[in-house]
Amino acid sequence: MRIRHIARHLGAFLLTTLIAGLLGATLVRFGPGFETDEQQLDPRLNIQSLQALRESHASERRLPAFYAHYLVRMATGDFGVSRSLDRPVGELLSERAPVTLRLMGAGIAGGWLLGLALALPAVWFRAPLFDLASTALSGVFLCVPSAVLALVLFFANGPVRFAIALLIFPKVFRYARNLLANAYTQPHVLAARARGLSARSVFLRHVAPWAAPQLLALAGVSLGVAFGAAIPIEVLCDFPGLGQLAWKAALARDLPVLVGLTILIAAFTQLTNAASDLAIAACTREQA
Amino acid sequence: MKRLLTVFGITAASLLAQWGGELRFCLRSDPKTFNPLLVEDEASETVRYLTGGVLIRVNRLTQELEPELATSWKISQQGRAITFQLRRGVSFSDGTPFTADDVAYTMHALMDPALHSPTGDSFRSAPGDVQTTVPAPDRITIVFPAPVAGLDRLFDQVAILSSRSPKKEAATLGPFVVSRYTPGTEVVLERNPQYWKTDAGGRRLPYLDAIHLDIQQNREIELVRFLRGELQLINTIDPEMFSRLSKQEPAMARDAGPSLESEMIWFNQNPSAPLPDYEKSWFRSQNFRRAISAAINRADICRIVYYGHAQPAVGPVSPANRFWFNAALKSHPFDPKDALARLARDGFELNNGVLRDHDGHAVEFSLITNSGNKAREQMAAMIQQDLAAIGIKLNIVTLDFRSLIERISQSSHYEACLLGLTNYDLDPSSQMNVWLSSAENHQWYPNQKKPATPWEAEIDRLMQAQAAAVVPAKRKAYFDQVQEIVSDQAPFLYLVTKDSLSAVSPAVQNVQPAMIRPQTYWNAERLALAPAQLARNAR
Amino acid sequence: MKRARNIAAGVLILIFAASLLAGFVAPAPYAAQFRDLVSAPASRRFWLGTDELGRDRWSRLLYGTRISLLLAPAAAMLATFLAVVIGGVAGYAGGWCDRVIRRVIDLFLSLPWLFLFLIVRSLLPLDATPLTSVIVTFTIMGLVGWAPAARIIRAGAQSLRNSDLVLHARACGCHGLRLVLVHIAPGLKPVIFAQFWIAIPTFILGEASLGLIGLGVAEPLPSWGNLLRELANPQSVMSNPWILAPLAVLVIVVSCFQLLLPEREFVS
Repeated sequence: MRIRHIARHLGAFLLTTLIAGLLGATLVRFGPGFETDEQQLDPRLNIQSLQALRESHASERRLPAFYAHYLVRMATGDFGVSRSLDRPVGELLSERAPVTLRLMGAGIAGGWLLGLALALPAVWFRAPLFDLASTALSGVFLCVPSAVLALVLFFANGPVRFAIALLIFPKVFRYARNLLANAYTQPHVLAARARGLSARSVFLRHVAPWAAPQLLALAGVSLGVAFGAAIPIEVLCDFPGLGQLAWKAALARDLPVLVGLTILIAAFTQLTNAASDLAIAACTREQA
Repeated sequence: MKRLLTVFGITAASLLAQWGGELRFCLRSDPKTFNPLLVEDEASETVRYLTGGVLIRVNRLTQELEPELATSWKISQQGRAITFQLRRGVSFSDGTPFTADDVAYTMHALMDPALHSPTGDSFRSAPGDVQTTVPAPDRITIVFPAPVAGLDRLFDQVAILSSRSPKKEAATLGPFVVSRYTPGTEVVLERNPQYWKTDAGGRRLPYLDAIHLDIQQNREIELVRFLRGELQLINTIDPEMFSRLSKQEPAMARDAGPSLESEMIWFNQNPSAPLPDYEKSWFRSQNFRRAISAAINRADICRIVYYGHAQPAVGPVSPANRFWFNAALKSHPFDPKDALARLARDGFELNNGVLRDHDGHAVEFSLITNSGNKAREQMAAMIQQDLAAIGIKLNIVTLDFRSLIERISQSSHYEACLLGLTNYDLDPSSQMNVWLSSAENHQWYPNQKKPATPWEAEIDRLMQAQAAAVVPAKRKAYFDQVQEIVSDQAPFLYLVTKDSLSAVSPAVQNVQPAMIRPQTYWNAERLALAPAQLARNAR
Repeated sequence: MKRARNIAAGVLILIFAASLLAGFVAPAPYAAQFRDLVSAPASRRFWLGTDELGRDRWSRLLYGTRISLLLAPAAAMLATFLAVVIGGVAGYAGGWCDRVIRRVIDLFLSLPWLFLFLIVRSLLPLDATPLTSVIVTFTIMGLVGWAPAARIIRAGAQSLRNSDLVLHARACGCHGLRLVLVHIAPGLKPVIFAQFWIAIPTFILGEASLGLIGLGVAEPLPSWGNLLRELANPQSVMSNPWILAPLAVLVIVVSCFQLLLPEREFVS
């Protein structure tokens, strides 16, 4: 029973990942500029060379065949070779993933810490001035492009990694503050306080578990936001991570890299969302 | 006199120069290849220039040819063959001796038809194999299947590979050798211990121990790092940043004069383009094109978009190209009245601020350009205003580069295009595929079965003639005529010729910024660090 | 708090009115280039100075506000609507429907949507006005950007479904559409509003990022996106602080929206 359950989930996971790869490949293949090459504008190349350039795209022209071959090779661990960078895609991904993960990790951790650090006092102490100041601050950071934040940090000699944190914390702050404020008005929490439990106990045993599922849903979404923000930051600040790779591959219509990246991102997104769902389920079960 | 001064300058510099140290500047992207024969992008070209040894070098300052690994050469058979006398006692960076066999090996590899590289194709004036004869270890004769125009100058781009070394391309003859490559981050070049050139005192060049190339695309960050002292050179710098730098540190901002780069607009004259017929007839009219050219205020563009560091362009050849530039030509003057007069000749009429053709169609068309290039977007906005003043509505469409290439090369679904021109080479034969009407890069109407207009037929004839001629003066005469026709017919509307702008820190000595690539490190073997910088490096 | 909300409402109405009446309020057309007064500082004639092509920044801010203020909320509404329908159905229905929709959401979060923008842009006719292309861009952003909000709304709908309130309602015989409209939707309202107001600046910034690769608003039409892009050059900001004006306006607008929203946001 358990095994069937797991097998079903695994099947759905694989199917979604493969469909994501196929759809990504379709978008790239039928996008404008697919079979072009910047070298075409070099007047020194003669007709044969230009022809050879066009022929080099031949293997990617028929999409189903290309994708089928790609999947077969992927099963053996070969993610293809990047057309624009001339290196195996697997190597590129494994080289650049740590950079992006560090950037995202610092960003998410920093963002959540800062967001919660501002939200919790706002709820516990209810100082209107503090609330207003935090709201204003989070409002400002919600409106600045992530790349601009990163550049400002760079020019101010600050830690560029925390640009993503500054982007995430406003969303976390507002959501957490309202969620927790709401939590304190819940009947079971009121009952606990009426019974004279300590503030710490009320928070840890009644407020936090109630709020956890929705915060975890937001956590899952933070990852997507962090990756979306990482792309312009990596591109503008020259971090050699997956975001920069995605960007360069998109500009160069590098099909193997883009398909590989889409599959990787699809797998990663599903895993994190599944993890967050499991955590939510665990919390809800505890509550019930 | 100039040569005397240069020699004096070099001697003086070498007597005062300090040995050692690491020079640091940026590459805009990862080099795509370390094989000198396959170089097509700027980053790979930089690495090739610094590590490759060539037979003949074009001196970037004087634009004259200088012997490098070849002590002398002679062109024969009307430009079909070239004989080199090679320098003796030279070795590759790993000690393998340099002989004529290496040159033969390199040429055969370069002329391999399966190798599709711009450098190789430059020599390929006709299909067929190249023949090499090696009568002595230091002499070689290379015979090409057909005459090649400007044969000797092309060898500036051919880095000689070793035929015997186990290290293959990694064994170099240039002043530096690649020691480390971290993808996405840096390329480190170290001094070639076997480099053949020596300074006036007889010691082996280069002065520098290493060159550290950071891979950095963001130019703002590059400038900040330069000002902080982390970088000592910015090879090419944007005009906006240049003007900022010259306010802050005027001595470091160097404007070497006009470069070989220019910006231009052309109209789609392809009859099979998916455009309405009346638009096609506009674009094919010389009066229309000249009128648009007269309506554009080039001086304003130079002043505002390029901060004064550009000049109105005259034609396909920049004044920086001393030999080939037709000095008799002038850029089209800004004259809206003349524009309207020319348009009137074709039946256009300006009514209520809207220009209409003789059938009553309002003159409206789109201009495509590539995105991410701020200067081009600003230029397009200025041209939009200029044309609005004569009643023409211009629609600016920015596309990413690949989409743009697809439109101009494949679908021909565009009306006008704004792009830049980068000349790799001073010799106009490298631009044959732009001027020949049958060629792919004949942008306004490529791949013609036969010339569509008499003036295009004339350009075809003149370009073939200049390629076949051997005497430089005759070639120039032909190409001057091509420039005249282009100026008159305006298939390309040349807008501005940009200046060659660089940033040089006082920490580097012997930098003499040139107008052509590579502007600041063309004499890399003679660059040295100032004593203060060396001390800082040592710490 | 009431006073703050009134002030916020007043400020928003003022900004809306000024931007809608931009044609009358702006001292110069947004495309007019005063080429002798390039990058001028703020003065009586040019309240926020001029940009690099000599265009009046104040006029461009007014017109840009109009475009972004109308289109970004529209796109946000579209995205939120899709998120409510899809996320709501998933959270409420549960079972295999929920599972399939979850996968679709994951799919939507992983695809390279840049190419959809490129495809649609290339399909636009050459004479499409800049306004058309920006409307198309925002529409696509709305059609594609619902996925993150859907996840959160789904979580909300799910916990609502399991809540006492709904249990009670179902026990009383309420089900189907009436249950959704009367009991679940009001509970979800705060979440929906929260996602909506976060989406507005997100889409504005999204348009700015698209502008970096040429998919933004075509010249000479101003939008907050391309006005904000000037900020990517911190050196010029320091020499000309008026470049920060669009950012200030955006922050004010977003904060006003925030103050105007109902305080209770969460499902209980």
